[in-house]
Amino acid sequence: MEFCGGHTHAILRYGIRQLVPKTVEMKSGPGCPVCVTATADLDKAIALAQLPDVIITTFGDMIRVPGSYSSLQQTKAEGADVRIVYSTIDAVEIAKANPEKSVVFIGIGFETTAPTIAASILKAQQEKIENFHVLSLNKLTPPVMKALLDSGEVKLDGIVCPGHVSVIIGSHPYEFIPKNYGVACVISGFEPLDILLCIDKLVEQIESVEPKVEIAYPRGVKPEGNKKAWQLMENVFEIDEANWRGIGIVPQSGLKVRGKYERFDADKAFSVSLKPPRESKGCRCGDVIRGAATPLECKLFRKLCTPESPVGPCMVSSEGACAAYYQYGTPEGLQGF
Amino acid sequence: MCLAVPVKIVSIDGDEAETEIAGVRRRVSIFLTPEAKLGDYVLLHTGYAIGVIDEAEAEETLKLLEEIASLSEVH
Repeated sequence: MEFCGGHTHAILRYGIRQLVPKTVEMKSGPGCPVCVTATADLDKAIALAQLPDVIITTFGDMIRVPGSYSSLQQTKAEGADVRIVYSTIDAVEIAKANPEKSVVFIGIGFETTAPTIAASILKAQQEKIENFHVLSLNKLTPPVMKALLDSGEVKLDGIVCPGHVSVIIGSHPYEFIPKNYGVACVISGFEPLDILLCIDKLVEQIESVEPKVEIAYPRGVKPEGNKKAWQLMENVFEIDEANWRGIGIVPQSGLKVRGKYERFDADKAFSVSLKPPRESKGCRCGDVIRGAATPLECKLFRKLCTPESPVGPCMVSSEGACAAYYQYGTPEGLQGF
Repeated sequence: MCLAVPVKIVSIDGDEAETEIAGVRRRVSIFLTPEAKLGDYVLLHTGYAIGVIDEAEAEETLKLLEEIASLSEVH
């Protein structure tokens, strides 16, 4: 299983599934932050956008994901101030320029992104930008890998570990996987040859029945990771449970803002009442996220659910498995998967 | 979302650096990579350098990939 949506896209884009022998079956995993954001959390972001004098800042893909009753895009069309930013730096600048408004950044992302969100909170504190808040929906990779392996729903022999998450966390946090589950782990870069090299190393480990954690992306990943980023994350966030679409509550897989930074925590600064979440009928994003189904097994795929009119987040996000299948596959060409 | 691209540092100003890739320049934060030096390639993710690329390792991987490519030419 390739955990990361970036890998899924590279694998489909460069035809890697057709290049490897039929005995190697690649499964897409949950590594798409937009996709794994639970509908209830998205509903909260939409409710915040509907508050008066609030500016929502978010990474681009989030705004098109349908929530239970609306989307950020629809809420924006109805008059809410929702702005797409490239970086948390831009979100802090918007807060600085609009002192009379509250600026909320929708903090999605894995370990790659969480340090940049932590940095924005620190910057807001240092510069006394009191109107900046983060809705922390950050998620952690190794705990959800554990949850998938514990469920036993999908039988995995090896994991293509996420390259840029590993730039931050290094290789050690995956060590429980070969040790406790006997599953091979290789950290991969994103060039097509990087991925082939990673698959080769995984097959070697599986054939020799010597599962371990290897780094096939040593130009970017050190075993110890980026300590400065890690420390910053630990300073600003504490580990908490998180709600994953398709998986549910996973213990110790999320990050919430620590008490000492609570004035920047959108969960503390605002109170919104939410109706119970409602999932889109027929959407199988949850199954796709767990690797339990391919997009081709979803009845809505390519019919009711397309990039122009997405039903679920896996079709919206540029990293979603459904978007990758849609963009790079023909129905005929993908039948073999 | 975990997309990160290698960019080259062309100047440094405190926690910020001017970087370049394929002729495009962008100011990025090097707050998370204080070890980054002028001329280094860093991995840029949402406005922040998140890691410094190890040039020796990059060359090693390139060599390995060239070997793989030459093997496939033989067959």
